[in-house]
Amino acid sequence: MIQGKAIKYGNNVDTDVIIPARYLNTSDPKELAAHCMEDLDKTFKDRVQEGDILVAGKNFGCGSSREHAPIAIKASGIGCIIAETFARIFYRNAINIGLPIMECPEAARDIEDGDRVSVDVSSGIIRNLTKNKVYQAEPFPPFMQEIMKADGLINYVKERMGSK
Amino acid sequence: MGMTMTQKILADHAGLNSVSAGQLIMARLDLVMGNDVTTPVAVREFEKIKAGRVFDKSKVAIVPDHFTPNKDIKSAEQCRCIREFARTFEIENYFEIGQMGIEHALIPEKGLVVPGDVVIGADSHTCTYGALGAFSTGVGSTDMAAAMATGEAWFKVPEAIKFILKGKLNEWVSGKDVILHIIGMIGVDGALYQSMEFTGDGLAGLSMDDRFTIANMAIEAGAKNGIFEVDEKTLEYEREHSTREYKVYKADEDAEYSRVIEIDLSIIKPTVAFPHLPENTRTIDEVGDIPIDQVVIGSCTNGRMEDLRAAAKVLKGRKVHPRVRTIIFPATQQIYLQALREGLLEIFIEAGAAVSTPTCGPCLGGHMGILARGERAVATTNRNFVGRMGHPESEVYLASPAVAAASAVTGKISSPKEVVG
Repeated sequence: MIQGKAIKYGNNVDTDVIIPARYLNTSDPKELAAHCMEDLDKTFKDRVQEGDILVAGKNFGCGSSREHAPIAIKASGIGCIIAETFARIFYRNAINIGLPIMECPEAARDIEDGDRVSVDVSSGIIRNLTKNKVYQAEPFPPFMQEIMKADGLINYVKERMGSK
Repeated sequence: MGMTMTQKILADHAGLNSVSAGQLIMARLDLVMGNDVTTPVAVREFEKIKAGRVFDKSKVAIVPDHFTPNKDIKSAEQCRCIREFARTFEIENYFEIGQMGIEHALIPEKGLVVPGDVVIGADSHTCTYGALGAFSTGVGSTDMAAAMATGEAWFKVPEAIKFILKGKLNEWVSGKDVILHIIGMIGVDGALYQSMEFTGDGLAGLSMDDRFTIANMAIEAGAKNGIFEVDEKTLEYEREHSTREYKVYKADEDAEYSRVIEIDLSIIKPTVAFPHLPENTRTIDEVGDIPIDQVVIGSCTNGRMEDLRAAAKVLKGRKVHPRVRTIIFPATQQIYLQALREGLLEIFIEAGAAVSTPTCGPCLGGHMGILARGERAVATTNRNFVGRMGHPESEVYLASPAVAAASAVTGKISSPKEVVG
């Protein structure tokens, strides 16, 4: 169970604002986290606490395929991202590196910045503790759940290659 | 039920007779690619797998093109990491400075993609190779790492939007205007999780360079891939660039599409995308008076021969406006050389433009043309997000090479017709 306060943004949050390219000369998660969201919200890195939930509108993570974006978000302490929709490369990357994400338009629209939110990734149940509301996200297909259970694609591949 | 072009290619590569939209499959890959920003992360993940070898040394391509020639010490370290990886694992398609170009211009030029291939690249604009009738899509570094070990990747089979192109482009209108027009119409998430399939009589009038530009920006509509029906032009390109065997896939007559959109090429005007989304498009006659500080002509979207020729046609015998810094970067060494031989570089330099070695540099705000606070650029690149080319309070306007060159001359966003007459 992941629990924290919601930090909310709008539609089409692109990976250039999540982690600007001027910081892509490193892939160190801590260095990336120090600049996470910098061009969109300078207060993010001071506000964010371990387990917080990022909430956004449509097409979250659009643009560049840089895995540095989900790496920066994960390293900054975000426990889960809830959005109306995700851009597809970001969606893959998040699953592949073991950063929980949920597509749930109802929750994404209803949750406000600062609300206390809890998320159960396996059941897809999202609770808004501030508003006392419950939302149900589409559960992941079994194949993706297997990747997540292995804590990312690399472990999943290692297990498969080992068993061959 | 019939399949789309993409579905047929994916089915074949998954060893299945048929697939349908939404199905999760594991597909065999013909090429796995990465650059100097994404490959270091892939190398770190690849080492964790302890595979000891890549699945096929001839099917991995690594192109240091983003922060190269190395812009700082950290970038130099990243390049060293991938260079050593390429040497250790005897990667056949590693392209060092001097041979390298912008990956999405270089890979087709080197004949590494043919019709019917399945390609992934750790770069979002990998969708460019759909111009060749291949399934090609961008992924992240972890996908690249896993694919280098296994030669496979998982995909959710996409549904498709079919674009039926009709008519012919007018003078000064190019592939860039077509794709900006389409993104303006369907939005930056208009093709989310889907393929964009391009077909119709209008295809015959589109050059390969136009098609590369259109497929390149499919990601800017959220698409998984953009793919063009293969015709005589595609095959001619392949004969010139590759000796590999190819397979031509055609969509079934009864393939199902989520949408079918007819595009009349003859009514498209030069189009500009305003900050800060590629969907904020206006035709050139609706632009108004927008003074600019910089023009960038090049990138994986518009750094090919026809792009440079269009820019040269506008700049020939003219001077760029004294307050506009104009930077032109041919996308590959081959294109650079060809532009030199055709006299285009001379036209650019005489006009007062700077000509750069191939690099992705300015497009993503890396180096070689960063904008200061409040500055405005017209660029033939693909993204105009907040801070994309530099300061978060700078602005990027996306346009074709002809419009960018015309704007360089007048100092404000302008139509090439106005400048050339």
